[in-house]
Amino acid sequence: MFHDLSATVDWSRWQFAMTAIYHYMFVPLTLGLSLLVAVMETIWYKTGNEGWLKATKFWMKLFGVNFAIGVATGLILEFQFGTNWSNYSWFVGDIFGAPLAIEGIVAFFMEATFVAVMFFGWRRVSKRFHLVSTWLVYVGTNISALWILVANGWMQNPVGMTFDPDTARNVMTSFTDVLSDTSFNKFFHTVTSAYTLSACFVVGVCGWFFAKRRDVEFARKSILLGSVFGLASIALTILTGDTTSRDIARVQPVKFAAMEGLNRGSEGAGLTVFGILKDDPSLPHERLKGMTGAIAIPGLLSWMSFGDSRAFVPGFQDILDGYTAHDGTVHASVQQRIENGRRAMDALKAYKHAKKAGDEETAAVALSVLRANYADFGYGSLSSPGDVIPHVPLVFYSFRIMVGIGFLFIALFVLSWWYARRGRYDKFRFIPYFALACIPLAYVASQCGWIVAEVGRQPWVVQDLMTTGMAATDVAATWVQVTFWLFAALFTVMLVAELKILCAQIRKGPESVNS
Amino acid sequence: MEFLQQYWWILIALLGGILVFLLFVQGGQTLLYTVARTEDERNVLVNCLGHKWEFTFTTLVVFGGAFFASFPLFYSTSFGGAYLAWMVVLLCFVLQAVSYEYRRKAHNLLGETTYNVFLIINGVLATVCVGAVVGSFFTGNPFRLGEMNQVTWTSPWRGLEVLFNVVNASLGLAIFFLSRVLASLYFMNSIANDAIFARSKRQVLLGAIPFVVFLLAALVMILLGEGYAVKADGSIELVRYKYFYNLLEMPVNAAVLLVGVVGVLFGIVKTVLAPRWRKGIWFSGAGIVLAVIALFVIAGFNNTAFYPSYADLDSSLTISNASSSEYTLRTMAYVSLLSPLVIAYIAYAWRALNRKPIDIREVKEDENAY
Repeated sequence: MFHDLSATVDWSRWQFAMTAIYHYMFVPLTLGLSLLVAVMETIWYKTGNEGWLKATKFWMKLFGVNFAIGVATGLILEFQFGTNWSNYSWFVGDIFGAPLAIEGIVAFFMEATFVAVMFFGWRRVSKRFHLVSTWLVYVGTNISALWILVANGWMQNPVGMTFDPDTARNVMTSFTDVLSDTSFNKFFHTVTSAYTLSACFVVGVCGWFFAKRRDVEFARKSILLGSVFGLASIALTILTGDTTSRDIARVQPVKFAAMEGLNRGSEGAGLTVFGILKDDPSLPHERLKGMTGAIAIPGLLSWMSFGDSRAFVPGFQDILDGYTAHDGTVHASVQQRIENGRRAMDALKAYKHAKKAGDEETAAVALSVLRANYADFGYGSLSSPGDVIPHVPLVFYSFRIMVGIGFLFIALFVLSWWYARRGRYDKFRFIPYFALACIPLAYVASQCGWIVAEVGRQPWVVQDLMTTGMAATDVAATWVQVTFWLFAALFTVMLVAELKILCAQIRKGPESVNS
Repeated sequence: MEFLQQYWWILIALLGGILVFLLFVQGGQTLLYTVARTEDERNVLVNCLGHKWEFTFTTLVVFGGAFFASFPLFYSTSFGGAYLAWMVVLLCFVLQAVSYEYRRKAHNLLGETTYNVFLIINGVLATVCVGAVVGSFFTGNPFRLGEMNQVTWTSPWRGLEVLFNVVNASLGLAIFFLSRVLASLYFMNSIANDAIFARSKRQVLLGAIPFVVFLLAALVMILLGEGYAVKADGSIELVRYKYFYNLLEMPVNAAVLLVGVVGVLFGIVKTVLAPRWRKGIWFSGAGIVLAVIALFVIAGFNNTAFYPSYADLDSSLTISNASSSEYTLRTMAYVSLLSPLVIAYIAYAWRALNRKPIDIREVKEDENAY
């Protein structure tokens, strides 16, 4: 039904991953810094304090440099659904296209309109209109994030649709179902983590000013705002991370097992705080890894997953062999699901042929078989049960790096707030440098989060229904390689240029802007 | 269902029309070393366009997103099939996005001239490619759809072959010259500088002549050539003068096309003849939006395949076989009711920013200037 395009699929995956990684280097700062800038401008609007105007303009400049490259990479990301994943675009376009279009209509025009006013309207519009525009840039960027994450959440938890065999695609049956808990969990966790990154950026840059002993009053103001904002953001990130984990445990148990490196599940499962994965020949599949030096908190994983410290959390082997979940639901083995999936695919072909031949009776029988097995449709293209296991070390370590760095930020924001409030941010020389070091760490944590989300769900592009291999466009791998390297070179040059410009702008400092 | 499909096709046509109008930004980018003679003048041009480049960019993205939501089979077939053509378009828009922001920033790695060249590349490639792709809505593309609607592109050029067709190439060049004309009209409207005004006026005439020639050539070939008609059983056949018949059989649309063309020409001719007239952009701009809407209607309505395949006629896409389900079209139709609000705030902000023409002094003093 779908061609074997393994080289094309691999290069298309590389291209999409590379674009997404680059795109998400710029997006989180846009999401959070737009809010901070809006708050700063509001304080200036209310108090008339010129210091806040300088701060607004300084951070706005950095926002602008970052914003342009985020827009550029975002364009490529959106159109790659069509260029590289055309089978996917048709298979689920009836559902997936809607949030993308809403994002465009509701959010992109708002951003484009008011970002121009925000940068070029200082002398052309009233103070009030300018302030409203700055807030609308924030609203636009965050609404944009909402809709793209609704789309992403739907891929992880495909609901609100039915399969139409005549057109060989899924069609939407309930828009409100598409707006699932999974989507909102993703949105809130992503956005609050973006705010955290932005707070780290602000505090880190100001740490540099303190380390250089210049612009300290400006830096102190920004740190105070940034650290309070950061503390609130990291608290919300942890909270939404918890709800996201519960959701993953419910709808993507394989990803959850990969996050925990859990081979064999148990009741009262412990949360692995630390562990080192190693090859273990005794395990039935080479993708499964053993663990050494594990430090676990007993019962915590069960409690975090299902709100019950004795609940059963399945591991890879349970999922492969079939298991009964804590709520009594019986899950078939992966081998069984592969057979169901093949039955569904064969039934779809039989339905099509019967329809073409005008044999309605055979078509009706085929359709009932297809409907009965459709939930496992994607499994039909797997060659063995082990194919459902993602790259465990990448997911396992990325998750721990993300969480570890996240908790480190609590220390950063508490220290920053405490010492900046007393005007003694540089009392200990390590604090400014610690703040500065947290900027790259925030980006590492942010990227790790996406690795957990996206590598962890492989081999699925749409959970259980479509594998990444089924989704790819039938285009020569050579062409995808060419475009991959072109984009890689272009994005890298753009990134280097952006970093150089950002550093130059920061070195100029807040005094370089006109109040 | 048919109403919703037609409603969405009109919305796509409207977005297409607005996109072609906003390509004046790209046209202006190709005039950076023609209309401007000094560094200061060039900076004014860039900033005049720079206040609007995001609109073109966003309209392109929304055009893609709206096509995805309403006609996903077009999205998967065209973007997946014409892979290289779309990659060229995307690549040149990436160059544009960073060039405005980076060109005059300290330590920008590549230097100001390189970013100016990026803007010119974007200006040429984006206009020609978009025009040629629109041309292929009439001339067809080399693809086949499989049993599950998966696309197989039969040309090894993966979309670049649209440029080798004389109709597509003519339409591409028409859009290229049109964008330069619109940009010149926009400069005259938005920049307070006599030298730029005079040179822009000259460019209006210089661009208008090849624009009219290439547009007429493309229109004559399209209207007098064969078109892809949908038969009663849903199969596709080639019919001579199909698009000309579409024009005659949809007189309201023909009137819209006529009003659009007259609007474009009126904006140009009055600008050339009247000594200080600055409003040509609004007449030509509105005219081109109407003309493009009419062209999309000719391509998709009256039992016509809007994205035809000459490799396999029955794989051709029509607004009926390529659309989303009724439920999705209806849901999205509710969302589209927000469009007047969007248009209203864009118009308000545009007016607020353009109330006073931009000049060299303002650009020199503006710390946010590009």
